[in-house]
Amino acid sequence: MTQFALVIDLNVCVGCHACVTNCKQWNTSGNAGPLADVNPYEADPRGTFFNRVLHYEVGTYPETETVYLPKSCMHCEEAPCVPVCPTGASYKREEDGIVLVDYDKCIGCKYCSWACPYGAREYDEARRVMTKCTLCVDRLYDPTLPEERRKPSCVLACPAGARIFGDIHDPDSEASRLIREQGGFTLMPELGARPANHYLPRKKRELAISEEQVERVHSPTALRSAPHAVGLKPIEEEL
Amino acid sequence: MRPAFSVIFLTTLIGAGQGLFLVVFGVALYESVPRSLLLTTGVVTMLLLAAGLFASFFHLGHPERAWRAVTRWRTSWLSREVIALPLFGVAVLLWTVHGWWQGTPSPTLGWVAALLAMVLYVCTGMIYAAIKILREWSHPMTVFNFIIIGLASGAVLAAALAGFVAEELKGVFEKLALWLLGVALASRGYTMWRNASLPPWSTARAINVHHNRIRQIGQGAMGGSFNTREFFHGQPEERVKQVRWVALGAGFVAPLLLLAFESPALAFLIHYAGLVAERWYFFAEAKHPQNLYYQSVG
Repeated sequence: MTQFALVIDLNVCVGCHACVTNCKQWNTSGNAGPLADVNPYEADPRGTFFNRVLHYEVGTYPETETVYLPKSCMHCEEAPCVPVCPTGASYKREEDGIVLVDYDKCIGCKYCSWACPYGAREYDEARRVMTKCTLCVDRLYDPTLPEERRKPSCVLACPAGARIFGDIHDPDSEASRLIREQGGFTLMPELGARPANHYLPRKKRELAISEEQVERVHSPTALRSAPHAVGLKPIEEEL
Repeated sequence: MRPAFSVIFLTTLIGAGQGLFLVVFGVALYESVPRSLLLTTGVVTMLLLAAGLFASFFHLGHPERAWRAVTRWRTSWLSREVIALPLFGVAVLLWTVHGWWQGTPSPTLGWVAALLAMVLYVCTGMIYAAIKILREWSHPMTVFNFIIIGLASGAVLAAALAGFVAEELKGVFEKLALWLLGVALASRGYTMWRNASLPPWSTARAINVHHNRIRQIGQGAMGGSFNTREFFHGQPEERVKQVRWVALGAGFVAPLLLLAFESPALAFLIHYAGLVAERWYFFAEAKHPQNLYYQSVG
């Protein structure tokens, strides 16, 4: 059984929000209708987003580090939002594990958003239905797109390559390999939803530079052989 | 959680309706209850159910699709409630019409309606108790409170109605209401205390960064989002505490005193206002884990 998911490397994410804007752009232009923006140019702007980047400061200045946590639907394997839905609008696809909302069946009761531990669902004020990350299901199987672009928009947008998309039930996928080798974790696993999206933990990195790297010994233009170093005077043309 | 007034009115109104029917039907098993009170009970119960159902539609984004909510009764307590509510209403309608036609309502229909009233209480309570991540709600006491508070408000209303149409039974209902209100005060007071003393969630756990000083700087939006609207009550802590005292005072203590002084009609009015505060507090006291991701705007 396939379970598509995102693996997000917290070492790599720089918090640029490119994934957020590309997600919004793709999903607001799709055939499911626009993601509403209410008062976009007024005092109280608000809108529907499927993906948001949270920003934390850890520690006390000057010993601080910045953590960016991109958060979208986790496409949980035991999705708590699905059984609570009274109409069946909220469902998890058998074939690829993507959790979706049928916007034509949703009555907008918001009960599913109460059951979600992660606040992944957002009620769309204009369409008056619950909306959420679709993992760009409308890209994944689109034969008109080149094969390498059949991925979620957020993954394609990430300039740092922090987002990896793949089947976490396939042990040979890149996503599974990264989770396995780099200690991938899920958010609040004790709440029992078994999120499919994983995060790769932040690691302490030390800068190690050797003497050879400072002095470009292997380079023909190394400082030692520079004209001023060997006492050569500039020639007339150079002045 | 943000208190939703549509749901506050739905649960308090239908809770009182179910309680009224159950209390009057229960007393009628032991005492001879005049036909006038039985018929009044049937009509008032149906009015309360209709008012609650009307309020509930304001909660929905697409009320015209509400019929779809009957389809997932296998998994969803909300769907079960949507089925149980009209069934109970129809049973009370049949019971009332039969009583009006025959002189005395059929006990069989009464038992069916009573069973459906209890089923409806359990469905309503389980809507909240089934959400495992909300520790304040996910507890058997949630269901018990919906039942006992509903029965208590039904009993107060029954005493008030008896004051108008069956003076001789007013005392019986008042006594019953006193007992039920007392038990409801104790059980709701206990859950309020329990919920207020639950240990807080930790941000470190939520984002899996192990440090004792973590401060949120940004949440990806400056103007708020569905996450900041739906899951926060938006009131200062002081106000929430005031609502708790109003809920306990007006919802339980004042009606107990007024019943002791035999003025059940006034008791019901004050009790209902307190019940709205109690249900508001029920939402406000539930702290959703998603709030950990939305601690500050920046």
